[in-house]
Amino acid sequence: MDISTTTDVPPPASPPSPVERKRAARGATRPGDRVFLGLSRGSGILLLVIMAAIAVFLTYRASLAISRDHGNFLTTFEWNTNLNPPVFGIAVLAFGTVVSSVIAMVIAVPIAVAIALFLTHYAPRRLSGPIAYVIDLLAAVPSIVYGLWGALILVPHLRGLYGWLDTYLGWTGIFAWEEGAPRTMLAVGILLAIMILPIITNVSREVFRQVPRMHEEAALALGATRWEVIRMSVLPFGRSGVISASMLGLGRALGETMAVATVLSPDYDIHASLLNPGGGTFAQNIASKFGEASEQGRDALIASGLVLFVITLLVNGAARAIIARRKEYSGANA
Amino acid sequence: MKLQRKNRLRALSLGAVAVSSALALTACGSDDNGEGNGSGGSSAAASAGSVKCDDAKGQLLADGSSAQKNAIDAWTKVFSPACNVQINYKGAGSGAGVTSFTQGQIAFAGSDSALKPEEVAASKKVCEGGQGIDLPMVGGPIALGYNVPGVDNLVLDAPTIAKIFDSKIKNWNDEAIKKLNPGAKLPDLKIQAFHRSEDSGTTDNFTKYLLATTPENWKYSGGKAWQAQGGQAASGSAGVAQGVKQNSGAIGYFELSYAKGLDTVAIATGAKAPVKPSTESATAGIAAAKVVGTGKDLALQLDYKTKAEGAYPITLVTYEIVCDKGNKADTLPATKAFLRYIAGEDGQKVLAQNDYAPIPAEIIAKVRTTIEGLS
Repeated sequence: MDISTTTDVPPPASPPSPVERKRAARGATRPGDRVFLGLSRGSGILLLVIMAAIAVFLTYRASLAISRDHGNFLTTFEWNTNLNPPVFGIAVLAFGTVVSSVIAMVIAVPIAVAIALFLTHYAPRRLSGPIAYVIDLLAAVPSIVYGLWGALILVPHLRGLYGWLDTYLGWTGIFAWEEGAPRTMLAVGILLAIMILPIITNVSREVFRQVPRMHEEAALALGATRWEVIRMSVLPFGRSGVISASMLGLGRALGETMAVATVLSPDYDIHASLLNPGGGTFAQNIASKFGEASEQGRDALIASGLVLFVITLLVNGAARAIIARRKEYSGANA
Repeated sequence: MKLQRKNRLRALSLGAVAVSSALALTACGSDDNGEGNGSGGSSAAASAGSVKCDDAKGQLLADGSSAQKNAIDAWTKVFSPACNVQINYKGAGSGAGVTSFTQGQIAFAGSDSALKPEEVAASKKVCEGGQGIDLPMVGGPIALGYNVPGVDNLVLDAPTIAKIFDSKIKNWNDEAIKKLNPGAKLPDLKIQAFHRSEDSGTTDNFTKYLLATTPENWKYSGGKAWQAQGGQAASGSAGVAQGVKQNSGAIGYFELSYAKGLDTVAIATGAKAPVKPSTESATAGIAAAKVVGTGKDLALQLDYKTKAEGAYPITLVTYEIVCDKGNKADTLPATKAFLRYIAGEDGQKVLAQNDYAPIPAEIIAKVRTTIEGLS
């Protein structure tokens, strides 16, 4: 195949007029195309308008609340919107949201990747189908069910783990436990890990399945063991996919509401130990405060929601940046 | 082939188990409001004959306090079929109820606390020529439930309660508790005080009691949000009761109807004997209240320091909020008929059957007169 064959196409009978050429370049020559172009452009613009409207609304209500806030919105360890003047701040919520999500990621990502590798490279085909199916089912369970399960079954059973952590790792301060009910950030993190497991597993499994057969066979031909194949061809190829999967999971963990509200014992203080009750997350705080909130309280909650929105945007942006840097491994170039 | 089929079957059955257990769990989640309705509904159904409907018809929208949701449900069971009026009470919380009311979306609101001046001002826009008024309708004891092994008749007084919930008293064998319970074998056990994690009228009333009786031990400003540091938080009365049940050494506050299966604290009020929470002792406690509302408004000021014999001091009163004048013409007959029923003798009887406290006779008489004057 050389270039001449592609340029060999017979030229059009007459050279196209500038108008026709323009039209051809746009590609909208037939009515169907034009309608579709209009529809898709309209939808795109509509989406931007909706997003802008939401952003304007959130910012307006948030600015109303913050202008009345007697404390510092970013650093106050309190949430008391019914006082006059009201005092509230998001420090504890931001900390709790990030900490609980990080715990969830630390637990869930390795397990999810391990499950995905097992399903794609170790498990017999008969077994991998049903396992994948069950993991899919986990994603379909409503979060309030996880919350109830967490509060009634998981939390009471955590005492043993907490005692063990306190005995062997209590000296770090992070795992010191004062014998309270284990309704803490760590419990929330464990629950969130279970909740985000299916999405990370599924996306990772799909990515690992896309690894070109040739890469693996080449590695095998060079005498690599199965683990070496995974380490040298599967993991590098799937890295950006796993990162995107983790970000999807992180997004769910950051915004999880009912499960956290059911399991956590919130307060507006930051504790050094993960094993002592307290803390809070944005979504949990909104869920538990909204019902009885006054106008002022709602605006304050909206302001906190705006911060969660910004944090999520930052996380997604970071994820995109990481993936963009690793483009050479993406499926398109393989 | 055979093996494969078996596996598929197994996977299917596993899936079925997962799905059905998920369904069972969701079912549990959605009906925790139903507690205690059955008895009230069935026994009260006999008295449906006393409901006066007048020309009530159609649908009543209402919203507000979740504390009186069970009472409204029990009343609705009698009233709705008798008058063919559908009552839709959401129970989204007092704040939400008052907001919906001042926006004119509902016929009446339920609230744990009386209207604030700015809310009265807002209500004037909805009530043409009138304003929103508070009608005390449901009383309830706030019980202190505890879980201390080997202790079944715990007595506490206000300062001790304040110190426990403020994490000043940290152990059950503290001297202050020993002094109040000379006969009890108090264990060496850490106290875990449970409070509500969300804003709540129950918290508001409980802290009002502490503020009124022992301000030197309760240095917070009060309100619907919990302000003291430390302790455990749980969502809803059900969550607090659950927390107390699960943890040995726990104590928490909630409406009496949630105290099933738990021991409750008797309060040393200064009366001859410590008072246990019950519907009768709560009614006796509310009887000491003064009406502080002006005009037709019947907002109450509870006397938390009452020393009357058998009067339980930690109570909450929930109000129905309506317009005194200018109620919407299409819902007025139904609203009036419903309020007349719930303030009537039969309606108030239903309360006690559902662990709520009836409003004392003198106050409910004023409520009845006010209802007749609604327009």
